[in-house]
Amino acid sequence: MELLLDSLFNGVAIGSVLLVAALGLAIVFGLMGVINLAHGELMMLGAYTTYVTQLIFKLPILKPFYNSYIIVSIFLAFIVSGVVGILLEKTIIRKLYGSPLETLLATWGVSLILQQFVRSVPLAYGTGLVISLLIGLFLPTSFPSKIKESINFKYYKFSSWLFAALTGVLTGSVISSSVSKLSRASARNVDVTAPSWMRGQVEILGTAFPKTRLMIIVITLISVIAITLFLNQSAWGMRIRAVTQNRQMSDCLGISTEKVDIITFGIGSGLAGVAGVAVSLLGSVGPNVGGNYIVGCFMVVVLGGVGNLLGTVLASFGIGIMTDLIGAGRLLSIWPDMPLPLSNTINFFATTSMARVMIFALIVIFLQFKPTGLFPQKGRMVEN
Amino acid sequence: MSLSKIKFDKKIVLSFWIILIALIIAAPAILPVFRLNLLGRYLSLSIVALGVDLIWGYTGLLSLGQGIFFALGGYCAAMYLQITSSSEFPNNIPEFFALYGVEKLPFFWEPFRSPVFTFFAIWIIPALVAGLIGFLVFRNRIKGVYFSILTQASLLVFFNFFNGQQKLINGTNGLKTDVTQLFGQMVGSESMQRLFFWITAFLVIAAWFFAKWVVKGRFGNILIGIRDDEPRVRFTGYNPVIFKTIIFSIAGGLAGISGALYTVQSGIVSPQFMTVPFSIEMVIWVAVGGRGTLLGAILGAVFINYAKSLVSEALPASWMFIQGGLFILVVTALPEGVLGWIQGDGPRNLLQRFGLKRKIETYPSLEVKNKEGINE
Repeated sequence: MELLLDSLFNGVAIGSVLLVAALGLAIVFGLMGVINLAHGELMMLGAYTTYVTQLIFKLPILKPFYNSYIIVSIFLAFIVSGVVGILLEKTIIRKLYGSPLETLLATWGVSLILQQFVRSVPLAYGTGLVISLLIGLFLPTSFPSKIKESINFKYYKFSSWLFAALTGVLTGSVISSSVSKLSRASARNVDVTAPSWMRGQVEILGTAFPKTRLMIIVITLISVIAITLFLNQSAWGMRIRAVTQNRQMSDCLGISTEKVDIITFGIGSGLAGVAGVAVSLLGSVGPNVGGNYIVGCFMVVVLGGVGNLLGTVLASFGIGIMTDLIGAGRLLSIWPDMPLPLSNTINFFATTSMARVMIFALIVIFLQFKPTGLFPQKGRMVEN
Repeated sequence: MSLSKIKFDKKIVLSFWIILIALIIAAPAILPVFRLNLLGRYLSLSIVALGVDLIWGYTGLLSLGQGIFFALGGYCAAMYLQITSSSEFPNNIPEFFALYGVEKLPFFWEPFRSPVFTFFAIWIIPALVAGLIGFLVFRNRIKGVYFSILTQASLLVFFNFFNGQQKLINGTNGLKTDVTQLFGQMVGSESMQRLFFWITAFLVIAAWFFAKWVVKGRFGNILIGIRDDEPRVRFTGYNPVIFKTIIFSIAGGLAGISGALYTVQSGIVSPQFMTVPFSIEMVIWVAVGGRGTLLGAILGAVFINYAKSLVSEALPASWMFIQGGLFILVVTALPEGVLGWIQGDGPRNLLQRFGLKRKIETYPSLEVKNKEGINE
């Protein structure tokens, strides 16, 4: 029983990282049929945001609140990755709707640029850049409608970008002068240390669970609930679902598909940032951190099917539990006296990398029976 | 005015080929050894690019897993070279086995003692693997982005397998070929490298003719049909699964040959050939050169890799930016690729923009239609 609980917990912990990472990808994929290959790099940005927040909270002014930095960084990571995602949508992806393969390649290009960006630009100025993007993108939309409709709006827009750039440079230099670790570019991995209340373990039913893992499960739970509520209860959620089901019809009925695309992409990217916070708690953060998770996320999306969050949830926990069962060779400890050839096979696959091999093979076999995933979208079109 | 429609004089074509062949034969005398070796490697990469062009440019299947077949070909060649030069080592098996305490040769190494088997294995094994993967995927009508993701996943499966199995194929260290013997000479030696360069150069030409032959005629038309409207091809009575499987395994075979040539010239085959970035790079060579043009794939592979080595020598950090920018630029601004742009209306449109050439008069409706086609 204890063994089973342990195994289940480990599986759920692996699965919840996958889930929070795949959630944004699944929403974007469901809406646009586009796989965003830069999703892993948006996660990386979230992880770096956690690191920067941590260092800023070490400053004397914010020191008393140090323990709460991880909560703050979840929101900041959502905003940072969301803003970068919106920029990506506005500049590149919008031009490529209807050609998913081209989008795939373009987003891969973006991911290369983002990776090199964190290597060769000091994080302080990176932060400044994100802040100026944030102001530049959102300040014009917050003007009263009288200004927005006036003919001089482009000058307002221009001056707000100017203001944004100035603020960005200013914050960048302030941060770089006050936090020396952020003032130089470095390709080396950095470490995020969990605040003291998150270290150690909790005992439930006689089994010890690390607190960071529990925190990740909580983050995932909150993200899933928030997204489900947003999609099912809010007006914009309804519009997003409508566009996912039938883009042309929604357009005809007066839904601004352009806005829906931006919002969806922003939320999907923001969720990648939240996933980045979770990932930063698990290990060191580097430019390549996203690449380790991205293919797992794809598998979740492929397995779960399009346009149904339940599929994503089941697929990620399924993959998580299977990874743990195979990778740690747990079947052997649950059933010690199995026949020799079987136990040899299980031992052969009982490493992390070989477990991946097995999982992918199982997914491919699964797709032979259900080619469109667990919960396929129903429709009558020839092409899906 | 497009290039493809110009019929060259037979004499010009003949003299072009003579010059090309003379250049290939003379290249070792002109280029320093280092550059010659690089050129040979890039030429071998252009064979895999030809395969990518066949499946992506002509059939519309974006495979992100060509690295599997590339590496398989490389491993076949390296296993043969290792096993034939292992007579001095304990148990007559390659040296690295001793490190992991393996005394008996794993069974799948045995056939590679035979040069004939290896010669066929280099292209047949990757083609068979590609055919199997392709059949399993295409049978279920999995296509588009799903296909790309599944090929990428299978790439990772192979990567993890080869990376983790030290006792079978030396795991992450890979198999070295440059200190092995072939025909009584070191594979890494200068004379052998020269020979490999010539073989590569002529195989590129052969592969180009082969690819041209494949896309000619009805078979090629069906491939293009699948790319443009697969359901329609199916309703017309063809079974797209067979054609897609065939073309995917042809591309796999080409990738295998390319991998073997690359391996003997770079001196090592390792699981690094099966990393995700390398396989996506193959696609960008074709995209920049011009998809669906075949020649564009060859030129793209050679020139981008050459640019990569030049830029990386000068400014190591900037290549990632340039490459990322290339990906974005080529899909947003130049979807036809460079060669496709030249062969199409590109130059004329450019001249028109500067007022150097008169616009062709068209029906306004046609122009509107064209614009809609672009926006789609």
